[in-house]
Amino acid sequence: MSGLRILVPVKRVIDYAVKPRVNKSQTAIETTGVKHSLNPFDELSIEEAIRLRERALPVSDILALSAGPAKSADVLRTAMAMGADRSIHVQVDTEKEGDLEPLTVAKLLAKVVAEEDRNVVILGKQSIDDDAHQTGQMLAGLLGWSQATQASKVEVEKEGSTVTVKREVDGGTETLRAKLPIVITTDLRLNEPRYASLPNIMKAKKKPMIKKTMEDYGIDIKRRFKTVKVVEPAPRQGGGKVEDVDGMIGKLKELGAL
Amino acid sequence: MVFGGVCIDAGQSDGLEKPQEYLPPLPDLTESQSTVRTAISRICSNFPDDYWLHVDNMKQWPREFTNAIAKDGWLGICMPSAYGGAELGLAEATTMMQTIAESGGGMTATSSIHMNIFGLSPVVKYGSEEQKKRFLIPLIEGKERACFGVTEPNTGLDTLKLQSRAVREGAEYVLRGQKMWTSTAQQAEKILILVRTTPLGEVDKASQGLSLFYTDLNRDSVKVTEIPKMGRAAVDTNSLFFDGWRVPKKDLIGEEGNGFKLIMHGMNAERILLAGEAVGLGLAALRRAVNYAAERRVFGRAIGQNQGIQHPLADSWVHLEAARLMVMHAARMYDEGYSAGEYANSVKYLAGEVAFTTCERAVMAHGGMGYAKEYHVERYLREVMIPRIAPVSREMCLNYIGERVLGLPRSY
Repeated sequence: MSGLRILVPVKRVIDYAVKPRVNKSQTAIETTGVKHSLNPFDELSIEEAIRLRERALPVSDILALSAGPAKSADVLRTAMAMGADRSIHVQVDTEKEGDLEPLTVAKLLAKVVAEEDRNVVILGKQSIDDDAHQTGQMLAGLLGWSQATQASKVEVEKEGSTVTVKREVDGGTETLRAKLPIVITTDLRLNEPRYASLPNIMKAKKKPMIKKTMEDYGIDIKRRFKTVKVVEPAPRQGGGKVEDVDGMIGKLKELGAL
Repeated sequence: MVFGGVCIDAGQSDGLEKPQEYLPPLPDLTESQSTVRTAISRICSNFPDDYWLHVDNMKQWPREFTNAIAKDGWLGICMPSAYGGAELGLAEATTMMQTIAESGGGMTATSSIHMNIFGLSPVVKYGSEEQKKRFLIPLIEGKERACFGVTEPNTGLDTLKLQSRAVREGAEYVLRGQKMWTSTAQQAEKILILVRTTPLGEVDKASQGLSLFYTDLNRDSVKVTEIPKMGRAAVDTNSLFFDGWRVPKKDLIGEEGNGFKLIMHGMNAERILLAGEAVGLGLAALRRAVNYAAERRVFGRAIGQNQGIQHPLADSWVHLEAARLMVMHAARMYDEGYSAGEYANSVKYLAGEVAFTTCERAVMAHGGMGYAKEYHVERYLREVMIPRIAPVSREMCLNYIGERVLGLPRSY
C-alpha cells in the first residue's frame, strides 16, 4: 500500500453537554447512566482524514481505533459512518479498572502503527474527560516521528511526503513544515465535522470492525497513577451590590484591588 | 468547551432515563434504533425551540429543517435501497419521528416530512417498476414533496362515500371534486389522491370502485386554499378544488377500482408513526415542565417540591412511557409481519390522549409563564390536538377495538 495510511484513534467520553458529577467515594466522575459521545476533538480527526481523501490526495486507508469497554464500538461505528474504512476495537474494561493512562495508550498506538504500517496518525489534541493533552505528543516521541499538535489547518503536498500544519498557539498562529511520517493532533477550528448520513450509516454496518485485547498487542495496562481524590470546585460566591460608581471604587479599595 | 452541536452517541443507556435532559438515550432501543436516535438528535440540535417558535409565528415553511433531513438521506429511511432508501423498519422510522417531535419540533417538524416517510407505501408495494423509479427516487432525494388527498369536506371518516370522481377519457382520467385537510399542498409537487372511478351504484361492495393516483399537483387545474388553524401554522393545511383536472393513466397506481385496498396498506403504519410523534411531543412538554419546576421558586422552595406539581408530572411520565413502549412494540410487530390493526389503533388513541394531558399539565406547571409563547409549552398544547383528531378520531379507534377486538356489535 502506498500513499497515506492514516490511523485515527477515537475515544468514547461523557457527552460535552452533561454536567459531570463526582461519585460517592470521591474518586472519579460518575459515568453510570450518563450520556456518552465521541470525543469532539476526535470527530475533527476523522473529518480531517476524510477531507484529505476528498482533496484527491493518495489516502489508501483510514483506520479508526478505540480502546475501551463494549460501548466503545458505537464511536467506531460513527467513525466508519463518517468515512473511516475499517476499525479496531481494543476491549478494555475501563468501567471496572478506570481510564487508561496516556502513556499506555501511546504505547498501544505505537504497536498498532507498526503492525498496520501507518504513516500518519491524527488524534484529538485532548479528550474532554481527562483533558490530559499528552497522548499525541507521547506517541510521536515513542515513534520518533514528526509531530504537529493543535492543528488548525493541514496541507499535504500532492506527492505526499511533506506536510504543512498551521497550529494555534498562545501568541497567534505558528506554521510548521514536516516530512512524513507524522503525528498530528486536532484543534477546534481545524474543520467542521460532517453528520453521518443515513446511507453512510447503512454502509458502515458492512465495514470491518476487529476486536482485540491489550494482551494481543503485548501492552501492560498496570496503572502508574492512583487518583487520590476528586472534588467539585468550590461554589462561586455571589457578588455584592453597590449603589453607584463611588460605592464600587470604595468596595474595590476595601478588597485591596485598587 | 463549546461545540456547535450535540456529539454523536450511538450508545445505549445503561441507567435511568432522564427525561429532563435533551433527547436522552432510551434503554429499550436496539442498536439500530439508537443509531437513528443519536444521528437525528444531532440534526435536531441545530433546530432548537426558538426556531420552531419563529416559524410558527411567521407561518413560514421550515425549509432549513426539511433540507437538513433530506440532505442526510433520512427521507428514505423505510424505502427500498434500489431507489436510494435505507430499508429500515417502522421501528427505526418511529424512533426518528419521536425524536424529532421530542426535540421541540413537535407536529410542525414531523408534519413537514411525515408524508415522505411512509405515505408512499402503496406505491412501494403496488406501483410498477417504471412508476417506482419515476416517483420514489426524487421523493427520497427530497426533490419532490408529496401531499395526501383522501378526506373531503363532506366525507371524513366514511372514506368509501367520498365524492370526488375520475372519468376515463382515452389515455387520461378527468378528475372533478374536492379534498380537504391536505397538508403541505402549498409546497408539494405531487399528490397521492383517492377518487371514485366506478360509481357506488355500479359496484357490489362499497370498497370497490375507488382508484389511487400519484400525480403532479397541477396548480392550473387544482385550486389550493390554505386553512388557518389553531396551531402548526408553519406547515400549511389546505382545501383543494378541481374540475376538469386531466391526469395521465400512467399515474394510476395498481388497478383501477382497487384503490381502497392500496390505501389501507399503509394505514396501520401511519397510525403507529403518528403515535410515536405524539409521544415525542408529550416528552418535550414534560422536559420543559420538569426543568421549570426544578428552578422556579415560590414560597421559599422549588415548586417541583410540591406534590401538586411533582405527582402529575410523574404520572405523565408513567403514561408517556407506557404509550412509548406500546408504540415501539407495535412498530416491531409490524416489522415482523403482524398485519392486524388493533395495536395501531390502540397506540394512536393512547398516545394522543396521554400527550395531550402532559401538554396541558406542562402549561399549568409553568403558571403564567405557560401562557407566554416564549416558554413554548402553549405551542405544544396547540399542536397536540392534531394527533388526537387525525388521521381518524379517538372514537373511530374505540369503534375498532369495540367491534374487532371485543366483538361487540358495530355501532355505525
